[in-house]
Amino acid sequence: MNRFNVLTAVALAALLPACSNDPDPAQYGAEPVLPKPSRGLLPSMTIAKPALWGEQRPTVPPGYTIAPIATDLKIPRQTLVLPNGDILVAEGSGGNAPKLQPKDFIAGYIKAKGKSSVKGGNRLTLLHDADKDGTYEGRTVFAEGLNAPYGLALIGNHLYVANQDSLVRFDYQAGQTRVSGPPVEVTKLPSQINHHWTKALTASPDGRFLYVGIGSNSNITERGMIAEVDRAMVWQVDAETGAHRPYATGLRNPTALTFQPGTGQLWAVVNERDELGPNLVPDYLTSVREGAFYGWPYSYWGQNMDPRVRPQDPQKVASAIRPDYALGSHVAALGLDFSVPAMGAQFSDGVFVGQHGSWNREQPVGYKVVFVPFRGGSPAGEPVEFITGFMGADAKTRGRPVGVTVDPRGALIVADDLSNTIWRVTPTGVPHTAR
Amino acid sequence: MAVTVDATRPRATYPIHLVHAVLLAGTFTLFFSALLNDLAYWSTDHVQWTNFASWLIAGGLVVGGFALVFALVGLRHAVRRSGSSLLYLLLLLVTWIVGLFNAVVHAKDAWAAMPEGLVLSAIAAVLAGMATWLGFSSLRTGDLP
Repeated sequence: MNRFNVLTAVALAALLPACSNDPDPAQYGAEPVLPKPSRGLLPSMTIAKPALWGEQRPTVPPGYTIAPIATDLKIPRQTLVLPNGDILVAEGSGGNAPKLQPKDFIAGYIKAKGKSSVKGGNRLTLLHDADKDGTYEGRTVFAEGLNAPYGLALIGNHLYVANQDSLVRFDYQAGQTRVSGPPVEVTKLPSQINHHWTKALTASPDGRFLYVGIGSNSNITERGMIAEVDRAMVWQVDAETGAHRPYATGLRNPTALTFQPGTGQLWAVVNERDELGPNLVPDYLTSVREGAFYGWPYSYWGQNMDPRVRPQDPQKVASAIRPDYALGSHVAALGLDFSVPAMGAQFSDGVFVGQHGSWNREQPVGYKVVFVPFRGGSPAGEPVEFITGFMGADAKTRGRPVGVTVDPRGALIVADDLSNTIWRVTPTGVPHTAR
Repeated sequence: MAVTVDATRPRATYPIHLVHAVLLAGTFTLFFSALLNDLAYWSTDHVQWTNFASWLIAGGLVVGGFALVFALVGLRHAVRRSGSSLLYLLLLLVTWIVGLFNAVVHAKDAWAAMPEGLVLSAIAAVLAGMATWLGFSSLRTGDLP
């Protein structure tokens, strides 16, 4: 019987992940260092334990103030600042991917420990600040009965909402606090399985087209190639007719889309694949080029072939282009918006990126909002931390940022789907700001 | 039937316990089926085969785990511990450990499980076959558990 114990101990020891510390995660910009793929027998997983904010607040740079403007929401994901200053919040939790392998039961249980236990609201909440003092005293349920709404866009008097299975339209008049009727379906969206269920949305500056980000149906094709039809791409949708076509492909999980002011250029943040090691593959920020193929599933960061995909496709790999700017591996970028001069000189030209935070890494990364400075219309330089402290020194998470939206009056609106809070960050000197 | 004791016959004719036999045969069948499914994945690239293999391996671990318990108890209760009954136990244990590694390898996404998964499935199937052979042929000196 001793032999049994010894052998068991040996087997268990060998099952532990081989790597005990991840190398430096600084992996930013156009030319990130890409190590060789490595994965121990078990994938590295660190789930940060959630904790309550209490009196603590996220940390912002000197000269800025942060305040919660709405709490007790039901899984807020993305926000939209309406022309009159009202804020719409999309609340929901989607995905209906069946458990496919024994490991899905284990992984699902582990990942759920790092998330909020609140059930997704399937609704839009409207926040209203009548006296413009930075306190959003008005709060109404704007629309309900939606299906895991995520992306939001306004074109004129039409509010578009990307549910996890359809793109719908509501009529909207300035000052409205509740929808006037049921939504009109613009087009169905790919929703079979919905492994990556979030449907990011933005509208072209001229209002003719909507762009929908559709994530892949797997990490790396483990649900089969057929499940990936119409996935991992950005659709261009005619706002009038609902007619759609792939605009760019090979984008594993485009979680936020926005147009660069004054250029008509579409930008996205994309979450890349897991289980190739702690420093692969960097999530990225990129301008989305029409007709371009960005690699998934066959290759990553340009033409680095992923051996896990069968059958392989060398021709597709040869056509894959590199994204513009690496944000770091496993940071889980879920929010993106361009800044405005009213945000203050240091943060006026660039984008804010919300990083939900990692699971497939021993040392957690992400769990913050960064600012990527631009120069001449392109990313230039290292990202600057804008909001931190979502993960405390005690390694517990109090919040996880998702959508980030710039209020042109000079505020950054951040949805936090762990503490179910909307945060608002303002330059302290600017009038009409909270506290 | 197996529990009918005929005092006129030597104890050596007792087979292993019926439940033990079912578990042992099941372990072999499940690990061998996993190998067949891995071969199908290897030759077709169709990912569903590796999903099947994952479940078959998980099943083999559960059934094989119970077979191990029977083997341990059987060894304890054996009147005379023969070399082959100890070898049987060890073979079954090694089969199970290889199966456990194989389950973890199969948890890798898509083709990442290959070719290690296929090799481990082959080793587990061969070991399970050998353990089953030994189990059925050499445990006739023991008492019923």
